[in-house]
Amino acid sequence: MIKIEHICKKFSTVPVLEDVSVTFDEGKTNLIIGKSGSGKTVLVKSIIGLHKIDSGNIFFHHRDFVAMSVKQKQELRREMGMLFQGSALFDSLTVEENIKFPLDMFTKMTTKEKRERVNFCLHRVNLQDVNDLFPAELSGGMQKRVAIARAIVQNPRYLFCDEPNSGLDPKTAIVIDNLISDITHEFNMTTIINTHDMNSVIEIGEKVIFIHQGKKSWEGTKDDILTSDDENLNDFVFASNLAKRMKEKL
Amino acid sequence: MKIIEQIGKYLILMSRVFSKPEKNKIYYKQVLKEIESLGINSIGIVIIISIFMGAVITLQTRYNLENPLIPLYLIGLTARDSMLLEFSSTIVGLILAGKVGSNIASEIGHMRITEQIDALEIMGVNSASFLILPKIIAAVLFNPILTLISMFVGVFGGWAASVITGALTSTDYIYGIQYWFVPFYITYSLIKTVVFAIIITTVPAFFGYYVKGGALEVGHSSTKGVVTSSILILLFNVILTQLLLA
Repeated sequence: MIKIEHICKKFSTVPVLEDVSVTFDEGKTNLIIGKSGSGKTVLVKSIIGLHKIDSGNIFFHHRDFVAMSVKQKQELRREMGMLFQGSALFDSLTVEENIKFPLDMFTKMTTKEKRERVNFCLHRVNLQDVNDLFPAELSGGMQKRVAIARAIVQNPRYLFCDEPNSGLDPKTAIVIDNLISDITHEFNMTTIINTHDMNSVIEIGEKVIFIHQGKKSWEGTKDDILTSDDENLNDFVFASNLAKRMKEKL
Repeated sequence: MKIIEQIGKYLILMSRVFSKPEKNKIYYKQVLKEIESLGINSIGIVIIISIFMGAVITLQTRYNLENPLIPLYLIGLTARDSMLLEFSSTIVGLILAGKVGSNIASEIGHMRITEQIDALEIMGVNSASFLILPKIIAAVLFNPILTLISMFVGVFGGWAASVITGALTSTDYIYGIQYWFVPFYITYSLIKTVVFAIIITTVPAFFGYYVKGGALEVGHSSTKGVVTSSILILLFNVILTQLLLA
């Protein structure tokens, strides 16, 4: 469980996040949705400490992240996995070396144990015989899967995904969404997904937070979205004429 | 004001760079990789440049020494001391600032804009130390070897030029390079090389690490890194010369 309270963040004098408070549930896929530039990515990066917040509190299972030293934050981050928008795989390392990297860094596993763990993670994301390939030799969808495998290799308690579907075709996007959802339930992780893809929301949105102009505008489940009377949320979700007509019929 | 801010940011980055590594074994492997990438791959260019520098110094000195009262073996001495005191450390340092510096800034800058540095941080890795410290260690260990190679090859280049062109005899040249040899010149040159190695690696790394934007900004950071490190090399050359030789 991750709890954030009254988070505020400015870049120079421009407020990007204003008084955002949310509890992200354990064992669920928590989706943060909103228009481009609404502050979703800043919110996720603030939660994991890549951006320093101006005020507010962040708790990881009641552990105060803001009050932690750099060393303590580094240790807590070993409980986190992150899937970046562009996958962020290390160009100079093979698929196996990429996934193995956190194990090399932080465990005392033997080479055999590490290889078994890498193969397990690759199998879990439905990839085989790619161990010796470099990221540049993989398709976008395969890169995302390798990035997921790397993110889960240390059994993280917290999984963060920044636009996991960007650049993917709708079918592959749903495969990735379901993979993230399955892994979340299987390992009882607290998963936070930052997206503006409504297909993802409908597919896996167990808890949905809508951010509008840096503020939390709405919170609920994927089913609640369809009947919500939040004007900003409806503008975002039912942006197309077809969707607007569907909403009118509901 | 901006310069002071930049210096502050640089010092904060260095405090992160020189912190205890998470796992020595991984860093050791990284150092070996960087020795190959930054050091061994630079041997070729250092040899080529040093041969021609030694040759040009010898020929220019010969054509400027028309006075029959000045013995010809002094040309060998001039070539040797020029290589030892200045060319093998400073000029090779400037060339490496271009070759190695642009490589470091663009590599780290690319990692920044593709979120690979963020990925390291999320894993709990001190990205500054993991990416920059092995480069510093590799350059500090290997650049003195490049300087020694440059000295040797440069003096050889001078000999080859004098023999091939007939500017002076092999005997005169060899007598000259043995005449009034001051071993401290090598120490002086190696001290400068170590300082330059730190500049060549940390300054471009600093510009690459804090790059924002896309490919264009990575290119700009690379240029800034090379220009700034070149200026700093020249500045520290003066400071170290005053401190060590005055």
